[in-house]
Amino acid sequence: MHFFPILATLRRHRTTALLIVLEIALTCAIVCNALFLIGDRLARMDRPSGLVEDELLRIRLTGIGTKADDKAVTVQDLAALRAIPGVKFVADTNMVPFGGSSWNSGISTIPDDPNGNSAGIYMGSQDLVETLGVQLIAGRDFTPEEYVEDARGTAPVPSIIITRAIADRLFPGKSAVGQKVYVTGKEPQTIVGVIEQIARPNDTRAGVDLAGFSVILPILLPYTMGGNYLLRVEPSRRTDALAAVDAVLNKVDPNRIILDRQTFEEVRKDHFKADRAMAYLLTGVSLALLIITAFGVVGLASFWVRQRTRQIGVRRALGATRGDILRYFQLENLILTTAGIIVGMALAYAINLWLMQKYQVPRLSAVFLPAGALLLWLLGQVAVFGPAMRASAIPPAIATRTV
Amino acid sequence: MFPYYLDLALRSFKRNVALTVLMVFAIAFGVGASMTTLTVLHVLSTDPIPGKSHQLYFVQLEPRKALGARPNSEPLEQMTYADSQALLRAGKADRQAMMTGGNAAIEPQRSDLKPFFLRGRWTTVDFFAMFRVPFVAGGAWTAEDDTRNSRVIVISRDVAEKVFGSVDVVGKTIRVEGNDMRITGVIDSWRPAPHFYDLNFDTYSEGDQLFAPFSTSRDLKLSHSGSMDCWEETPDSEVLGAPCVWLQFWVELDSKAKADSYRTFLTSYSEEQKRAGRFEREPNVRLRDVTEWLEFKEVVPRDVRLQTWVSLGFLLVCLINTVGLLLTKFLRRSVEIGVRRALGASKRSIFFQLLVESSMIGLAGGILGLILAWLGLWAVRHQPTQYAALAELDLPMLAMTFLLAVFTSLLAGLLPAWRGCQVTPAIQLKSL
Repeated sequence: MHFFPILATLRRHRTTALLIVLEIALTCAIVCNALFLIGDRLARMDRPSGLVEDELLRIRLTGIGTKADDKAVTVQDLAALRAIPGVKFVADTNMVPFGGSSWNSGISTIPDDPNGNSAGIYMGSQDLVETLGVQLIAGRDFTPEEYVEDARGTAPVPSIIITRAIADRLFPGKSAVGQKVYVTGKEPQTIVGVIEQIARPNDTRAGVDLAGFSVILPILLPYTMGGNYLLRVEPSRRTDALAAVDAVLNKVDPNRIILDRQTFEEVRKDHFKADRAMAYLLTGVSLALLIITAFGVVGLASFWVRQRTRQIGVRRALGATRGDILRYFQLENLILTTAGIIVGMALAYAINLWLMQKYQVPRLSAVFLPAGALLLWLLGQVAVFGPAMRASAIPPAIATRTV
Repeated sequence: MFPYYLDLALRSFKRNVALTVLMVFAIAFGVGASMTTLTVLHVLSTDPIPGKSHQLYFVQLEPRKALGARPNSEPLEQMTYADSQALLRAGKADRQAMMTGGNAAIEPQRSDLKPFFLRGRWTTVDFFAMFRVPFVAGGAWTAEDDTRNSRVIVISRDVAEKVFGSVDVVGKTIRVEGNDMRITGVIDSWRPAPHFYDLNFDTYSEGDQLFAPFSTSRDLKLSHSGSMDCWEETPDSEVLGAPCVWLQFWVELDSKAKADSYRTFLTSYSEEQKRAGRFEREPNVRLRDVTEWLEFKEVVPRDVRLQTWVSLGFLLVCLINTVGLLLTKFLRRSVEIGVRRALGASKRSIFFQLLVESSMIGLAGGILGLILAWLGLWAVRHQPTQYAALAELDLPMLAMTFLLAVFTSLLAGLLPAWRGCQVTPAIQLKSL
């Protein structure tokens, strides 16, 4: 159609055309990477914990001074908490998914394995599995006889529950239940159950591979060691239960400090706040970039329309329809945007490579490139439509006047 | 000629108000976003202890069993109780301190104040002089207090004011985890950012509020907090001789030569321990000064660096946008320029006229950008991040913002002005 005349025109405005192509290219490259990073952060924030999150409350507390009776108080606390209306199960635990601080140990099928993978170690009182609401996919929960008092490595721990991720790694293709693993002490633990999932309290340095590596041990901890009470409550009664907790615990022993009382949603929200902030920031910057670029296109097109008023008039006088003029500017924009997108794709890829190297960002997924391209084509066409319409409205009579 | 150019520029802006506003705002947003993120990056990467960051060294040894040893591996990042005590006793450095983080409950002996929980540091006496901790009242405990497990404590100004309502509390006792401890000093607000001496908890969070002798903390079984790494099962990981690292050990050495000889000392100490059968691996020691240690630990959050790059990219797009628009605008005025050239204006004066016009846009954008950066930092301060309170625009960053604005405006104006003054008068006049 007008392809070659347009190229000839653009050649006369080489610097300006190059600048707008460069602007579109940079916007394309940044927006592609930003969209990808936003997706990455959102996926992180949505990471499953394996728990019944909408039913869980978490209390964090600490004793004052050395407490000789902490084991007894823990038992009383749990009984008192269980009596709160709406509470289904309670347990004390040493850590919670996305809770930050963690206990870890190596896990292997051989003793003292220097290459054993690190796993998060959950331990707590009897109803822990029920309270967490983790899904048992094989085997069973611990029996009351299996629980031992915390004696750190001296008393043998008979059994263990592991996650599917560990079962798949250590015992591929066979049932893990009944197998033995070394986690704590000189004696191995027998796997009694496999659960679908329980997330670790924080990101492991070892990366995504070990994100699902957690075990539960039947070790009873006093609250002064574990520091967390978990309550599984009917979702509709969570607020009331949370409000009752302080009074209930103070009645058992007032000489303590309750550090946190949170729903699990708040635990999750706290843990991923940096990711959320980053996702918002990237969204804001992407929007601002697109708006600036759109205005750039509008500004440039408006100038060109005014600059070419006489030529447009001449073309109209020579028989070009209004549609021809409109399409001329649309096509011109399409050419510029396409050039920008092609350069932008290469740039997006280069930026991603650099980010991968410097900031351990994953590889840019290919779907973001066509998505970014489509976005910019659309943006260009929308932006140019106004000026192009104005151009097409120039009457042929203008050709007979001097500008 | 300058006032005349200003007048010409203002006239030109009036002809295209929307476009002028667009250009100013594009530059303002670019400068504002860049300065916000650069300021955050700047405050997070400043030297936490200026003047001493090359005299304080973090000590690392390798006490693990031979099993699982890999060549060229990094030694453990903390120290065992036994090694810390041995190095402290050896006293080979100008100053040395062993330490760990902890938490302790304070029970104010007042009916209107409930017990509360604070972050503390269990350390040895040199800590205060090494890290230049400022006192408002009293001072550190004595070396004898360290050996005698004295019930002494140094508290922060905040704690003193909260519990006693004044800082004049030296000699009074405060109840910590059920023990009465005598206050020897009150420190002024002290918040090294990052708190380099222990990076096991949130790097930029507020500092410690309580300081007690390490030996006393063992005696009273005050809790330890931070990271602990054990390579063997042990019934009590915090006793002397436990196969666990959980302490930080810092030394002060005021010359490179002393640092080198301390490194030699650490190696010979490791060899000695190996001969005695305590260590099994080859001597593997590290002695990093504060700057090297912070670099090694990559304390500045990756997200902050990433944000800086994103905002600089944004500034670049804004800049190109403005250059493009200015260029089009100037080229469109070719006729006007042609007439002025024909009437005797030199290329130079046209160039300066156009540069004045574009610089005004850049300057306006820069000033607006400064306001936006200030707003941006205000927003950062209201974020739930641990470094929120640190995000203040200091003088160097203010100067840098101004420079960036001027530089941006010149950059945005140069190319368009240069292209604009290349107009050939004859051709333009013919087209009239």
